[in-house]
Amino acid sequence: MAVLSPHKPPPEVDRAPRRIAFSQTVGKWDVKLSPYLYISPFFILFGITGLFPLLYTGYVSLFDWHLLYGKGDFVGLQNFVDVVESPSFHKALRNTFSIFLLSSVPQVIMALILAALLSANLRAKTFWRMGVLIPYVVAPVAVGLIFGRLFADESGMVNTILTGVGIDAVRWHAEIFPSHFAIATMVNFRWTGYNTLIFLAAMQAIPRELYEAAIIDGAGRFRQFFSITVPQLRATIIFVVITSTIGGLQIFDEPRMFDNTGRGGSDQQWMTVTMYIYELGWGNQKSFGRASAVAWILFLIIVVIGLINYMITNKISSSGGPKPTKTKKSQTPKRTSSNNRRTR
Amino acid sequence: MSSIPVIAQTAGKGAARSASRRRAKLAGPDRRPGWVTYLILGVVILISAYPIYYTLLLGSTTQTTIAANPVPSLIPDGKLFENFGRVFSSNIPLMQGFINSVIVASLQAVSVVIFSTLAGYSFAKLRFRGRGPLLVFVIATMAIPTQLGIVPLFIVMSEIGWSGKLIAVIVPGMVTAFGVFWMTQYLDSALPYELIEAARVDGASMIRTFWHIALPAARPAAAMLALFTFIGSWTAFFWPFIILGSNNPTLPMVIQLLNANYFTDYALIMSGVLLSTLPLIIVFIFAGRHLVAGIMQGAVKG
Repeated sequence: MAVLSPHKPPPEVDRAPRRIAFSQTVGKWDVKLSPYLYISPFFILFGITGLFPLLYTGYVSLFDWHLLYGKGDFVGLQNFVDVVESPSFHKALRNTFSIFLLSSVPQVIMALILAALLSANLRAKTFWRMGVLIPYVVAPVAVGLIFGRLFADESGMVNTILTGVGIDAVRWHAEIFPSHFAIATMVNFRWTGYNTLIFLAAMQAIPRELYEAAIIDGAGRFRQFFSITVPQLRATIIFVVITSTIGGLQIFDEPRMFDNTGRGGSDQQWMTVTMYIYELGWGNQKSFGRASAVAWILFLIIVVIGLINYMITNKISSSGGPKPTKTKKSQTPKRTSSNNRRTR
Repeated sequence: MSSIPVIAQTAGKGAARSASRRRAKLAGPDRRPGWVTYLILGVVILISAYPIYYTLLLGSTTQTTIAANPVPSLIPDGKLFENFGRVFSSNIPLMQGFINSVIVASLQAVSVVIFSTLAGYSFAKLRFRGRGPLLVFVIATMAIPTQLGIVPLFIVMSEIGWSGKLIAVIVPGMVTAFGVFWMTQYLDSALPYELIEAARVDGASMIRTFWHIALPAARPAAAMLALFTFIGSWTAFFWPFIILGSNNPTLPMVIQLLNANYFTDYALIMSGVLLSTLPLIIVFIFAGRHLVAGIMQGAVKG
């Protein structure tokens, strides 16, 4: 407020006729209320469609709640007990983690390497950058379908090529690990390019002097990458790891489209937690209570993994930095805040 | 963000090139890379593009050919439009899916841009009590997986009679934390306080100032945000699938229906996939450059 109206003359009673005094009162309220008015759509919508459902999920999970018949008896933690004891839930958890690890880890590493390549002084920069982003416009549902076909057990292209070069065909849909690998491939296909560009953008912000100094000191390309690029990208790496964790633990579209029944395989080999939520709520059981219980468990898992991610990424990317450990502690927060300021 | 590429683009090309040549001996990052880099990137792009091309190959042939050769030939067969015709004449509501997707994606893009720009302008340039904590809250919500509130959201939508209607898909995505954050970041650096003050001194109301000063300044970032939102909403599946039901589908649901009903006829399915992806590919060809520039601009979100 002070910044916005520094030149406004003080409202003197004798100088201002009534009309202007009125418009000034309006103006004052305008200045005071407008900011809140402008940000309110987000908070209202988020409250109704984001925060409230998330909390209400906890409430629903305590009841015997049916898709068609609505709210039933209060059952306490029974839904949680049912879910935790169910073998399907264990499979879903195992599958989700396995797919998540198989996709996130290689994805972040590949994206970092690709970004390092793209950050070189390439000819036709925009072409290469657009090229890696192509998969981003393909809907995950379509990706699931396309790769489901590519990885078909019989008469799939991947298996045909494998047997062509003398390797046994892999039963991509029948076995656990191969199906996870195929689904992780889909996720990597769609998201690697996007993350690459995020890393690339962050790399452009690294001061060139650091590299020049490193070259004078005789550091090779790899040394530069690990001692300058990776530590300088810490904030971005954390961001990418956390977003891909949130996305990876909620994966639904791709595994659902991996075969035409969409139930995660004959023995639930690739049924993920979100698919399980769908199955509980809208499948045969129609139990919103149990679906909500799973949603809450998954939410807690995501929070915990997010925190672990944050700590690990923080450690990895700050170690190997050029600075001695003693000063690092005091410098870390400063560096982060200056990073943020620069990008705002 | 980074001044170096911007300068290289805006200054005369020759000047930039000779400058980079001068620095080439010293600075590694400005050196022209060798052919290995191009080779690796080329392979990556081929791999990225192949699945889309594969869709075209399968979509332009017949089921018998697909069954006979698991590895399709590299040149599309001539049956593409015939298959398109079959998709249209199937009992899958493709046209309706297309119209629904256009409605949902464009309404969401417009509304996200307007609301996010309003909020971003407020956070970046206006002073009000609680600004800092509220902005932190907005950023924190980006880490909350809202998809997990799906059951209560479904209950609420059914209660108010929106289930099966497009509005149930549109409303939850009308403004996003990402959009607010994105516009805040952009306007903070792109819009000088002097302009706002000048307008205020001239007696413009707050909303007039926003409309005539902030909104024009926000245009480049708004275009990018609109593109992102459009793509995100065009490809979204989970929530529309749950709330809409199969007789009022969006395009990803149409693909799902094709797969569930015609799972043996891959020529048909893939031509359907192609039909639903084509609009985005066209958008990408024309606007991809801006999309890339957009990611480049705001990506350091940590």
